[in-house]
Amino acid sequence: MTGLATRQRLPPSSRASSRVTDEPPWVRALLIGIALCFFAIFLLIPLIAVFAEALKKGWDTYIASVSTPDSLSAIKLTLFVAAISVPLNLVFGIAAAWSISKFEFCGKRLLISLIDLPFSVSPVISGLIYVLIFGAQSQFGQALREHGFRVLYAAPGIVLATVFVTFPFVARELIPLMQAQGNDEEEAAVMLGANGFMTFFRVTLPNIKWGLMYGLILCNARAMGEFGAVSVVSGHIRGQTNTIPLHVEILYNEYNFAAAFAVASLLALLALLTLCVKSLVEYFRPENARRAAAGEH
Amino acid sequence: MLALPVKKAFSLKKIFSFQHSVLPGFSLAMGYSLTYLSLIVLIPLAAVFLKSAELSFPEFWNTVTHPRILASLRLSFGASLLAAAINAVFGLNFAWVLVRYRFPGKKILDALIDLPFAMPTAVTGITLATLYARNGWFGRLLAPLGIEVSYTPLGVLVASVFIGLPFVVRTLQPVLEDMEIELEEAAACLGADRWQTFRKVIFPLLTPALLTGFALAFARAVGEYGSIVFIAGNMPMVSEIAPLMILTKLEQYDYAGATAIAVVMLVFSFVILLLINTLQARSWNKETRT
Repeated sequence: MTGLATRQRLPPSSRASSRVTDEPPWVRALLIGIALCFFAIFLLIPLIAVFAEALKKGWDTYIASVSTPDSLSAIKLTLFVAAISVPLNLVFGIAAAWSISKFEFCGKRLLISLIDLPFSVSPVISGLIYVLIFGAQSQFGQALREHGFRVLYAAPGIVLATVFVTFPFVARELIPLMQAQGNDEEEAAVMLGANGFMTFFRVTLPNIKWGLMYGLILCNARAMGEFGAVSVVSGHIRGQTNTIPLHVEILYNEYNFAAAFAVASLLALLALLTLCVKSLVEYFRPENARRAAAGEH
Repeated sequence: MLALPVKKAFSLKKIFSFQHSVLPGFSLAMGYSLTYLSLIVLIPLAAVFLKSAELSFPEFWNTVTHPRILASLRLSFGASLLAAAINAVFGLNFAWVLVRYRFPGKKILDALIDLPFAMPTAVTGITLATLYARNGWFGRLLAPLGIEVSYTPLGVLVASVFIGLPFVVRTLQPVLEDMEIELEEAAACLGADRWQTFRKVIFPLLTPALLTGFALAFARAVGEYGSIVFIAGNMPMVSEIAPLMILTKLEQYDYAGATAIAVVMLVFSFVILLLINTLQARSWNKETRT
């Protein structure tokens, strides 16, 4: 432990040398102990429990419950929804981050808070707003239905609700990152004769690729895992409008716990993958960008 | 390096214009962002308020003050506030331990703190419900003590604590990392013991971030649906949460009623967040003044 401490280059403000700012050993042990207990009870054991419950009845049951026609159609719908909503929010995220971080204009702070808005709205309310617009009681919804276009209780509604709840992810990740990087490199590129797209793809993109990737994977994880908003707009039609989380709910409510956890474990794996990518991104990200993105949550 | 045009700071004079920049694409990017934002977020959200305006005030009042709705609102807001408070305490502990100490498993702990953020809510919900059910891993231990978590308001609290934790830890961590150790050394030199230093020097510096984390955890827990419905058991008057009431109203095709509850939730959370933001600004001001 001490060898490790001396080998690593510690920042000048490190307390490695100063004794007065150390807590007594028992306080230290107590704090670490409390943190580890809380961590085990609230995070680690639930995570293990997902996989333990999923594999309770063995691999065969696991494979069988993941590959039923209903599960497969849920997986297909979820992939389809994510494949539409993630790119939409990617394009928006880049456009918003470009205009907010590279230009000065009035109302910038307001715009940033508006982009964050979907985070502070309950998922159920996110679903509700689309029910109000496209539902049976609204004229707009009725007009659409007369032309044979179903939004609610069909894939378009699920896509819309998913786009809403995953709306801020990419933009939020990119804005602080691009603000911290400033405009110098892009301005140099433009002065050397690059056009806008060349500037973006050759100069900006390589600088933001890690942050962009993290934003994307976070957006994707949420898009595939969204439950509240989607359950309001989907109508729970088995084999048609069931996404993976809704399928998990149905299996669970039918007391088919092994199958519910088997399907849920797919989503838990996705969550773990997301965390892995996050750790990787933080490892590769240069220090100044890390500082800039520190205030993101 | 090339001599680049030096940007002037944003000034009030130019409040209705943006500074000239050699970079292209402002109108395109901005136009697209605003259109997309309006179509996906602003116009649909406005629909909620328009819809609620269709109700007359007595109708609105009767919907919202129905005992069952009131109970659900009380539970949602009460459990979320309590959960955010619990998270503030333990989140501070986590952030402190992660920034200041070295111990085995720290990297894993640091990475997994974000689990509630990345885990789909339905998965969290069924897992917690199973763990705390009477025959679950935790439920079995708690049952002899007479504590029931699943299908009680306590379950709502447990789920709210789970989903709120990363917000507090992740807001506190960078602030703790940036804190200058010299301040603490000065306090020690002036004769303060460690606890006094923490109370009088460290804690005031952390307060704004702590309040932000508290507010974020609270806002998330109030609106949360998936993680909570499974463990709550949804007994009328006892363990129904407000988002569930919206869903119930929708299932009865009572769109106006659902909207009324939604409006109350939106306004309530907005007011509480505003309150906390004001508190935060005040403690921030106090900090910079001294």
